[in-house]
Amino acid sequence: MLAATAAPRLDPKRRNVVDSRKRQFAKAQWQELSYTHRLNFYTIPPTGDVSLEEFEQWGIARLKVLAELEACHFRNRTPAETEEYMKPVLDAHLRLSSNMSRSGERERERKRDHYSHWTLRLAFSGTKDLRERFARLETQLFKLRMQQDDARERKEFVDSLPMSWEMVGDEEKRMYLDELKAATRCGRDDEEAWFKVDWEKVPELVERRQVLLKRGTAYVHVREQLSLLTNEFANNLSTGLDLAARFLPRMDEDNRLAPILHHLSQSFVAPDTGYSEASSIGDLTTPTAGSIDALAQHFPLCMANLHKTLRATHHLKHYGRLQYTLFLKGLGLSLQECITFWRGAFELIPDDKFKSEYLYNIRHAYGDVGGDANRRGRGYTPYSCQKLLTEALPSGGQQHGCPYRTYAPDNLTTLLQNVGVTDRQVLSGVKEDVGRQRYHIACNRVFEHAHKAQLRKVKDEGLWSAAELDLVTHPNTYFKRSFLLKNLGKVKSGDLGVEGAGS
Amino acid sequence: MPHALSPSPERTAASTSASGADDTMMTDVPGVPLQHDQDAERGESPSSATSHDGQAALPASSQSNGNGNSVSVEDMFDDDDDDDEFSSSAPTRPDDASSQPEPGSNPSPAAKPRYAEPDTLRQFYQRLFPFRQLFQWLNHAATPQADFQQREFAFVLPGGAYIRYQSFASSDLFRKQCVQMTPERFEIGPQYNVNPRDRKTLRSAGMMRPVMKELVFDIDMTDYDPIRTCCTGAAICRKCWTFITMAIRVVDAALREDFGFQHIMWVYSGRRGAHAWVSDKRAREMDDAKRRAVANYLVLITGSEQGKRAGIRRPLHPHVDRSLRLLNPYFQDAVLSDQDPWASSERAEKLLQTLPDKGLRDALQKKWDSTPNRSSFQKWSDIDTAAEAGSLSEISTKQLVDAKQDIRLEYTYPRLDAEVSKKLNHLLKSPFVVHPGTGRVCVPIDTRNLEAFDPFAVPTVTQLLQEIDQWDEKNSALTEEDRGKVLDWQKTGLKPYVEFFRGYVAGLLKSELAAGKRGRGDADGEAESMDF
Ligand SMILES: [Zn+2]
Repeated sequence: MLAATAAPRLDPKRRNVVDSRKRQFAKAQWQELSYTHRLNFYTIPPTGDVSLEEFEQWGIARLKVLAELEACHFRNRTPAETEEYMKPVLDAHLRLSSNMSRSGERERERKRDHYSHWTLRLAFSGTKDLRERFARLETQLFKLRMQQDDARERKEFVDSLPMSWEMVGDEEKRMYLDELKAATRCGRDDEEAWFKVDWEKVPELVERRQVLLKRGTAYVHVREQLSLLTNEFANNLSTGLDLAARFLPRMDEDNRLAPILHHLSQSFVAPDTGYSEASSIGDLTTPTAGSIDALAQHFPLCMANLHKTLRATHHLKHYGRLQYTLFLKGLGLSLQECITFWRGAFELIPDDKFKSEYLYNIRHAYGDVGGDANRRGRGYTPYSCQKLLTEALPSGGQQHGCPYRTYAPDNLTTLLQNVGVTDRQVLSGVKEDVGRQRYHIACNRVFEHAHKAQLRKVKDEGLWSAAELDLVTHPNTYFKRSFLLKNLGKVKSGDLGVEGAGS
Repeated sequence: MPHALSPSPERTAASTSASGADDTMMTDVPGVPLQHDQDAERGESPSSATSHDGQAALPASSQSNGNGNSVSVEDMFDDDDDDDEFSSSAPTRPDDASSQPEPGSNPSPAAKPRYAEPDTLRQFYQRLFPFRQLFQWLNHAATPQADFQQREFAFVLPGGAYIRYQSFASSDLFRKQCVQMTPERFEIGPQYNVNPRDRKTLRSAGMMRPVMKELVFDIDMTDYDPIRTCCTGAAICRKCWTFITMAIRVVDAALREDFGFQHIMWVYSGRRGAHAWVSDKRAREMDDAKRRAVANYLVLITGSEQGKRAGIRRPLHPHVDRSLRLLNPYFQDAVLSDQDPWASSERAEKLLQTLPDKGLRDALQKKWDSTPNRSSFQKWSDIDTAAEAGSLSEISTKQLVDAKQDIRLEYTYPRLDAEVSKKLNHLLKSPFVVHPGTGRVCVPIDTRNLEAFDPFAVPTVTQLLQEIDQWDEKNSALTEEDRGKVLDWQKTGLKPYVEFFRGYVAGLLKSELAAGKRGRGDADGEAESMDF
């Protein structure tokens, strides 16, 4: 209750609208929380000031962490592997120092953790799918952090929670020691510590007779605390998210917060990793208009689909052309080669029509023409998965966008089979991902399947860094990675010719 | 709607029971007779129960199950002892056979014992049934509230029809319908979020949800067949009734000491078992997951004979340990002496199989082969003698102690029909109804005097009605006014049971009232603390 009704205080406008005198007053009333513990149950919304930039940046950083966590899950990493993988990610984006650390950043880290949780809570309360996904990931994050927590600090944190459990005192412990040990299977080497809760809080443990019961109170061994706390955290959060969902419409009135929240929730659909120059294969080989057909085997489904349509109909509609042109630019095709490519592909179009209607757009995309800004920026950036997943759906005859999103499930299966994905397990996995709107996960699933052997090799031999094995979130990354994997030996030996991609 | 049976006027009572006669529920096939004599009922002429009139103009549940219009009796309703035992329940009389319809013969209504006649039942509901106390018990207050008014009752009518989703605004209206319909028995279900009678006006069936019901338990003697030797099936005797006594001891102790429940009423199920009703607010509000947790906490032995000891871990959970302490005193007399479970060599073989040591098994086998007449009592002590003589080849003495503990638990620990307890919307036969097979009233059992409870001393409905007449005769000298001061049930052997029930319900209502006051106090406190 408290959380939802107090949420408007997150409003970052405060900082800008109140003068210093007022702010002092506001501060007295809404004094910043001090963070006694590293862990946070996030029951109280932030009440201090935060700038719009921080609001967004902190949200993005947390998003990055959650996306990585989800990727761990998708890759079936064991808890130990996940912990190892997540450590640098957490350190980079959402570091939380323990009370023992002397870091001067400690308070600020905790504030960032607190605020970013609430930012995302608001951003993801819009749909049931997002709420569930967010709650699941936040719960995993909480669990991960709790496991890393120092035992004493964890105890202090647990003691601070407004939960109706109390530690069993020494006197009571002495009185019931044998029973406590027998009931909770507390071995000789186990810690002799128990806490008390209403038995209704731990029905699973009662059912398995793993607690001591005394008049409705369950005596639980501390080792169960982690799962209990995690359950409690998850329950709290999903209640909080439901409340936030009801509250969200009012947030939309703030026209500065709304786009940020919208952007963040969109990012969650597919994390937005921008295009980087490194996606080009220009330093390995020189792609030409003539090598595209051969390179197409490395294309993600969205581009393979465009290429196939282009070859079959000798035409693509505007958005498809733009999407494909930018992708070709991204993989290292020069402007000249790109023009040659399109000229050849549009074989039914006379030269003068091509020149008047299509040439300009290609040059514009490359930044060869257009305003200063366009030229300075070397044209448009190749579209990311996020861009493809959030733009308007194609209509009659259009083929742009992400097929995992735009195709009906049965048509998608056919499309995948046409490009050689026939493994039934993969196809059913894709169907499931798509059903849960995790389109980029579906795409990565296909990628991992298509490059299974090579991926195992680079992992086993430690050839690639973790970042290079990260979830693909950009069509050009997909291409580059596929190209490298399929040419592993050749890339190393520099044995790649102009037509290197073909084999 | 399941069992949303609408009256179909063209179906007469006669045709209802006639077609019902194909069903096991209706056939009155003589079963294993109770070993206890039934003098009270003996000698009464079997009446042909043709005349249960108009009220039963409802299709029998057995028919509606078959015609596709209605769903089968789902697991919601308690198919405990009463359904199957219908066939074997009636005390058999020599002349009974003559009134039995031949299987497949021309439909003629099955004969009913006198106590199952609608007329007897009508008198019972009119004069004896403690409706007021039952109402208060289910309502948790003196004036009607949703606890009672939105509570489902299910009626089993004399024709065999099973009608669900009955509910009543008051105790009087409930009584009226019982007198009018003369159900053979009725069952109690949960309170729903809406009045169950209004279920058809809801937009979707899913909108009706059970919200509250007593936590219930069912102990049935049939689950003891693998370990009892005195009787089988529906029959019981005083010897095997001790198993029910033992079960009540253990379950009652766990419910009170472990779960902290205080308002627990045990009820004789009328033939061969007992039910428990836990009315504490905390128990009533439990969802299915919590009910399942309590049931499984208590379940140690399942009905199947083999492989049930695997789950008993060491050290014993304090609940199991306490149970064992409660049960140990019974083991010598009730099990070893009364049941003599390993007397025959086949049964002794079963005992041997449960012993985990080959050397020990071989030594005992040899001994029992040479002296075949040893009692279970002797065989039980033979185990220790053989072990002390050095027959243990694979296990330690400690392990033997554990194994013997396991055997003791197998032969004494309660065998619950746990499914009954696990669902909020499960129906269970009401206390104080007449058991359709025995005519006995399902009376409460006073656990303060548990050993004294004698299922064969429980009055039958016919007995009780006679007692009213006898009292009236004996007291004919009194003025009408004085006689009027004495209620009918007070004139009979039902008196102590109703008085016990009344006292029990008073205690429940008192703590309910106190909790209500406390609850309101708490709520105020919370509101204040929220307002910081
Ligand atoms: Zn018996």
